[in-house]
Amino acid sequence: MNDFQYFRMDQFPDFLRQLMHSGYRVIAPTIDQEAIVYAEIQSIDDMPRGYTDEQKPGYYRLQHTGNQRFFDYAVGPHSWKRYLFPPLQLISTSIKSQDGWTFEEHVDEGESYAFLGVRACELAAMRIQDRVFLEGAYVDKNYQNRRKASFIVAVNCAVPSANCFCTSMNTGPKCKSGFDIALTELSDGFLMEIGSSLGNEMVTPLGFPTATEEQLSESESVSDHATEQIKKTMDTTDLRNRLIGQLEHSHWQDVANRCLSCTNCTMVCPTCFCSHVEEVPDLNQERVDRRKSWDSCFNPGFSKLHGTPVRNDTRSRYRQWLTHKLATWHDQFGESGCVGCGRCITWCPVGIDLTVEVAALCEEEP
Amino acid sequence: MNQGTSVPTSNSAWKLHEIRLISRKMEIPIVETFEFEFVDSAVGQQYVARAGQFNMLYIPGYGEAAISTSGVSQNTGNIEHTIRQAGNVTNAIFRLELGQTLGCRGPYGNGWPLRDLEGKHLILIGGGIGMAPLRSVIESLKQSGCSFLKVTILIGGRSPEALLYSAEYDQWRSSGFEVLTTVDHSTTGWQGNIGVVPSLLDHIELSDPNAAIVMCCGPEVMMNYCALAAIERGIPEDQIFFSLERHMNCAIGHCGRCQLGSYFLCTNGPVFRYNQVKELMKIPEL
Amino acid sequence: MPEKLRLGIFKFASCDGCQLSLLNAEEELLELAELVEFAHFPEASSRIESGPYDLVLIEGSISTPEDLDRIQQIRRQTDTLVTIGACATAGGIQALRNGANHDEFMKLVYPHPEYVQSLATSTPISNHVSVDFELRGCPVDTGQLLQIISDKLHHRKFSVPDHSVCRDCKLQNIVCVSVARGIPCLGPLTQAGCGAICPRFHRGCYGCFGPCHQTNTDGLTDWLIKDGHSSSQLIPLFLNVNAEAPEFARTAAQLIRQDSAEGESDE
Repeated sequence: MNDFQYFRMDQFPDFLRQLMHSGYRVIAPTIDQEAIVYAEIQSIDDMPRGYTDEQKPGYYRLQHTGNQRFFDYAVGPHSWKRYLFPPLQLISTSIKSQDGWTFEEHVDEGESYAFLGVRACELAAMRIQDRVFLEGAYVDKNYQNRRKASFIVAVNCAVPSANCFCTSMNTGPKCKSGFDIALTELSDGFLMEIGSSLGNEMVTPLGFPTATEEQLSESESVSDHATEQIKKTMDTTDLRNRLIGQLEHSHWQDVANRCLSCTNCTMVCPTCFCSHVEEVPDLNQERVDRRKSWDSCFNPGFSKLHGTPVRNDTRSRYRQWLTHKLATWHDQFGESGCVGCGRCITWCPVGIDLTVEVAALCEEEP
Repeated sequence: MNQGTSVPTSNSAWKLHEIRLISRKMEIPIVETFEFEFVDSAVGQQYVARAGQFNMLYIPGYGEAAISTSGVSQNTGNIEHTIRQAGNVTNAIFRLELGQTLGCRGPYGNGWPLRDLEGKHLILIGGGIGMAPLRSVIESLKQSGCSFLKVTILIGGRSPEALLYSAEYDQWRSSGFEVLTTVDHSTTGWQGNIGVVPSLLDHIELSDPNAAIVMCCGPEVMMNYCALAAIERGIPEDQIFFSLERHMNCAIGHCGRCQLGSYFLCTNGPVFRYNQVKELMKIPEL
Repeated sequence: MPEKLRLGIFKFASCDGCQLSLLNAEEELLELAELVEFAHFPEASSRIESGPYDLVLIEGSISTPEDLDRIQQIRRQTDTLVTIGACATAGGIQALRNGANHDEFMKLVYPHPEYVQSLATSTPISNHVSVDFELRGCPVDTGQLLQIISDKLHHRKFSVPDHSVCRDCKLQNIVCVSVARGIPCLGPLTQAGCGAICPRFHRGCYGCFGPCHQTNTDGLTDWLIKDGHSSSQLIPLFLNVNAEAPEFARTAAQLIRQDSAEGESDE
């Protein structure tokens, strides 16, 4: 098996067709609502060719470049968690009869999706959610089935945004593992790295040639260039302990004065996994669905105990989010819960930048 | 903290078993003890819960509530829950008639430390409804055949009428357990102690503090003062256990709701050693 | 079959849109009629029955002297009283007259204002009688309305989700209009319930479900002003159907003060 192959830009449709012919619905970047989002595509014409994005704290703008490139942008508002851990899922149905209740659990067999355009930080996010849903004492079968059914085509980042800091979190910009195929967009085609036997089976029929030294070296320079462009940093040295030592820092209130507790950061975060289950009864209450949906530690009701939230202000809710993500996540899952994708910074409606807040929180109190 | 495995009757996250209400008994105002049997007796025979673990009880249309087991019949797999009427789910449980059914997942959580108790002085401290998870400890101690140095049960209530399981105290005493009670406010005819539960700790005979194991359940403020009183008596911090409470939704460590610092109360708890949680409990709204 | 729930629906100063939200529940109405007796629902039926009622839904705000009496009479005949919509819970759009010159308004609108009996203020129902639950929105959401009736039927405590509109946008794949298009949006401050209908059509949320619990209006206005919006542009965001909701009222007043201060410094 050739680990590295090459195909020309005009062969990209063949690659896509091969995914579809193998029975996958292809989910890839596409333009919708003035942003690059992940949705099902039918051809490469559905992809944001010749577009990029500009990102700043609380700011995202789609921009037309007019060039012929497919992946010259960073991550957008969506993440793949939308497909692996959907925002709304039916988990069970209860039906009343004369004898009592029948409980039916819903297990989703998992749609066969090929995720095209998964970035290094997003691969890291998938590994993190695997640990939550698959590697604890209990397994989320729906997640497991979806994960098993998916085929992953990663893409090495060429153009990061101003909010990217994967280099600080050691997750990117180059994809190292966790994919079936990884692509690097070169000047006239794609370098294709095969990451699994499933990936190999997929591309063998295409008969693409082994990559040349020049192509390999061009790919390296794409990743090197991307690394150089990433300017945002977060000092992760002993970050867990530094944050846990600052639980009563006055800066939490400073953030709370700006934070809207609106949940956007947690919704766009590719690793946030909190959820709640609600009852959806019919009027007679003889058929009751149970629906699981994304929840957030920023919702006051999230920590409600005996009628009152345990975390009863934005200060304590922001502290829970940040310390969970960057500190206690290490204790729970052996690594940070942050992959440095920058989504929480871009999609915060008031531009709160966790890297800036972390730096302030780690300063000693005046 | 996990000692042994007492895993749920299904490893599937949301799989519910149907259980039937077979008896109920009023304990104190708005608190009753309910006994349930599994509709599928094969499931009941496999069901084993340790003291201090909890079940998710489910009434369709109202939702689930995490409720500690207050006793399990070893032979039949019937489960007992002492429940306070508080929210939608518990209100719906109180409206059930005998023979009606509901859903159950469990048991979940780690439970009380009930291994290697030979020669120990067990001190169980319950405030209000907090006695409910300790009653299953008392039940297991009665059946354990273990020779303890001593078993002391300290119980607090708002008033004499609010002392949970008062009809069982004589029976516990006849099993050789020391039972002491106290109330916040006395009513006519009350001859016993008046004051907070931790104050009872000052009065008990403690021949060897290093042999003492304290298991405490009640409001957090009460538990913290109990720990301080126990430490004052020379009991080591890591021999004091709390059963904590946070809102739970999934009970399997997936929904994120019941976190306290690094812990998921549902899977790492609800029982913790005092030294595991004392710093966390000092920080308001953590 | 248990006895039917006696439902009454009463209208005060309002547009009838919230009552229509109930009529819009077309599929469920027949099923509902099996469980509920519509004892007083003039918008739907001319058959009107007197109280007492198990559940009363009140639409509209108190804005006339006659309303003051009528709401007391209704409360006396009602077991559980739920207000529906922004008018009944926060005074509605008509509360914009509060604090303004009522007589001047009357003269501008009516040729013979002396025939009009009207209070100088429009106030929420809860200012006048005890209210068991308030359902937000302009109009209310049909699903939430049916849920309230179901809650009463099945002895559940009333509750609706307390999260912001933002979560509903994210759940439905709606790209943030504020971040991606620069449109000022009240979604982060506003209680969910509408299903994020305005952002779904690429418009900013105008806050018709009113402020979230513990909302931070200053956090948003500070950001928008730093982002180049003027105070005067932001005032109408808050002076809308929930203008009298305390958080929005306070913020509007603050923006008006800032705006006049800016005006003075310009001169």
